[in-house]
Amino acid sequence: MSTKIFKHIQTSVVPLPIENIDTDQIIPARFLKATTREGFGNNLFRDWRFDNDGNPKPDFVLNHPIYSGKILVAGKNFGCGSSREHAAWAIADYGFDAVVSSFFADIFKGNALNNGLLPVQVSDDFLKRLFEVIDADPHAEVEIDLVDQFIKIVKTGEQESFEVNPYKKACMTNGYDDIDYILSKKELVEEFEAAR
Amino acid sequence: MGQTLFDKIWDAHVVSSNEGFPDILYIDTHFIHEVTSPQAFDGLRARGLPVFRPQQTVATADHNVPTWDQHLPIKEELSRYQVDMLTKNCAEFGIELYGLGHPFQGIVHVIGPELGITRPGGTYVCGDSHTSTHGAFGAIAFGIGTSQVEQVMATQCLLQSRPKRMKIEVNGRLQKGVGAKDIILYIISQISAAGGTGYAVEYAGDTIRALSMEGRMTICNMSIEMGARCGLIAPDETTINYVKGREFAPKGEEWDKAVAYWQTLYSDEDAEFDSILSFKAEDIEPMITYGTNPGMGIGVTQHVPETASFEQKEQGSYKKALDYMGLHDDQQLLGKPIDYVFIGSCTNSRIEDLREVAQFVKGKHKAENVTVWVVPGSKQVQEQAIREGLDKIFDAAGFPLREPGCSACLGMNEDKIPAGKYCVSTSNRNFEGRQGPNSRTFLASPLTAAASAITGKVTDIREFLSEEVV
Repeated sequence: MSTKIFKHIQTSVVPLPIENIDTDQIIPARFLKATTREGFGNNLFRDWRFDNDGNPKPDFVLNHPIYSGKILVAGKNFGCGSSREHAAWAIADYGFDAVVSSFFADIFKGNALNNGLLPVQVSDDFLKRLFEVIDADPHAEVEIDLVDQFIKIVKTGEQESFEVNPYKKACMTNGYDDIDYILSKKELVEEFEAAR
Repeated sequence: MGQTLFDKIWDAHVVSSNEGFPDILYIDTHFIHEVTSPQAFDGLRARGLPVFRPQQTVATADHNVPTWDQHLPIKEELSRYQVDMLTKNCAEFGIELYGLGHPFQGIVHVIGPELGITRPGGTYVCGDSHTSTHGAFGAIAFGIGTSQVEQVMATQCLLQSRPKRMKIEVNGRLQKGVGAKDIILYIISQISAAGGTGYAVEYAGDTIRALSMEGRMTICNMSIEMGARCGLIAPDETTINYVKGREFAPKGEEWDKAVAYWQTLYSDEDAEFDSILSFKAEDIEPMITYGTNPGMGIGVTQHVPETASFEQKEQGSYKKALDYMGLHDDQQLLGKPIDYVFIGSCTNSRIEDLREVAQFVKGKHKAENVTVWVVPGSKQVQEQAIREGLDKIFDAAGFPLREPGCSACLGMNEDKIPAGKYCVSTSNRNFEGRQGPNSRTFLASPLTAAASAITGKVTDIREFLSEEVV
């Protein structure tokens, strides 16, 4: 089965300069009752985005008309907490293709990569510059190239390379998935079982 | 060079290792529950695949279940649908389900160990981050996302890169009133909610060694709260005695063979770790969290840190957390009135937790301003508690013993803490809204939670303990 292909994007970005954003904030547990993968974007950051009556909170960045784009830029340790893949689904379903932070929680990072959502880990300094540039110009564009593994602030030319597991990179740029890979080695699994 | 415990277990489960690729790791048992499995079953259907090893897959319903009147249909329609879907999927794919009404039903991380399914040297995964709990047996156990749940269903394997290894040693004698929960909250407060990211953490030292299996499970359970991939503790007599005789534990010759293998499972003296941290048991007070991640913890007599003590770029997030909690710089939590006490969750809902709380509250009564929920981790824990008469002690104290499930740990079932209310909770996460929208959580040990229920405010358990106790 193929997953979404990701190679290169250039868009404006949405800044969320908060640290330790956990997956309960990305998608609260009470919205995990769906049994399909679709529609989670409606409840992305639900309790930061809407009040108790379901009205948008004007001070939250996703409700601010000046910010838009396919890249979410967030503070360090993004995606900590619960393993819920629904967090990655919600971010992708909302329309983001990549999340940039100076540090990602392990399970979230894996879940994102399995859903064609690219986690881009940058240095603390680069993250700080990103927030400064967006603050000065909310329409500033950022370029992310997975093939050559760099992220660039288009108007200033500042750029940084980022790391990605070469296997996951091949999966994302070609739309492969892990199950196809392991199934291709199924006889090894059976040999392993027989030898135990 | 010697090997770490982690590497011994990992190497014994590598099906295939190729340069540039993650390892293909064999999984001994895959635990599943209703929340993170339906999309994985759909994926199998779309691919036309069966569950590859259904007899190595164990299912239970825990996150959505009510903890009162469990014999009645689940009231909330979406929860009921999700639980029904699990029943249907398990039947279709040939998976054993310990669902509502089954004597083995309970929180997935409570039932695996108590049924003897979790054993030293094994590999365990589940679509739930607290799978790290099972590492207490000297096993590799970690949480996975739903795409990986599908992967394990389809192949009984997982593609994983080997994490780095960290050793955390705790040595010395604990103060009275300080237990496993305080140890792990203390460690996380020292190394932060991200301090273990990228590592498999082995807990060692004489303080850890002296803990019961249930205490060790509490420690390993919260490994994920410092970001660690997993936590584990080398098996010893305590481990072997715990597993022996359990429902699915090996028997007879198989048992002897298993024990002989388990005795080889320890980190060699010259094994290398990427990081080693040491803590002194004497430094650990009863702990409580004040913020919105589990790293934001202090000794119960200490004061909330000043915003100015953080780096400039961290101050915004810190202020946001204190505002959410309705607290201010330098505030002392001791004596702060509370509204709820929750004793339960995969961290602290085992029989020892319930016994410890019952022993403490016997002859006492909760404060009027507090609602208390005691939620056993499994049907077996509930029945054991009733056999021992703990339910009567709890009733007399105003601590009703409910029925098993995840309950108020995660605001997904009927048990939610109302907006703005303070809950001293034995669970594992104090994230914003974790226990219900706008609820406020103080994480603590079962004893601290019980003492706070009695006084109606955040309490230092040591005030209650005479010199000779604990």
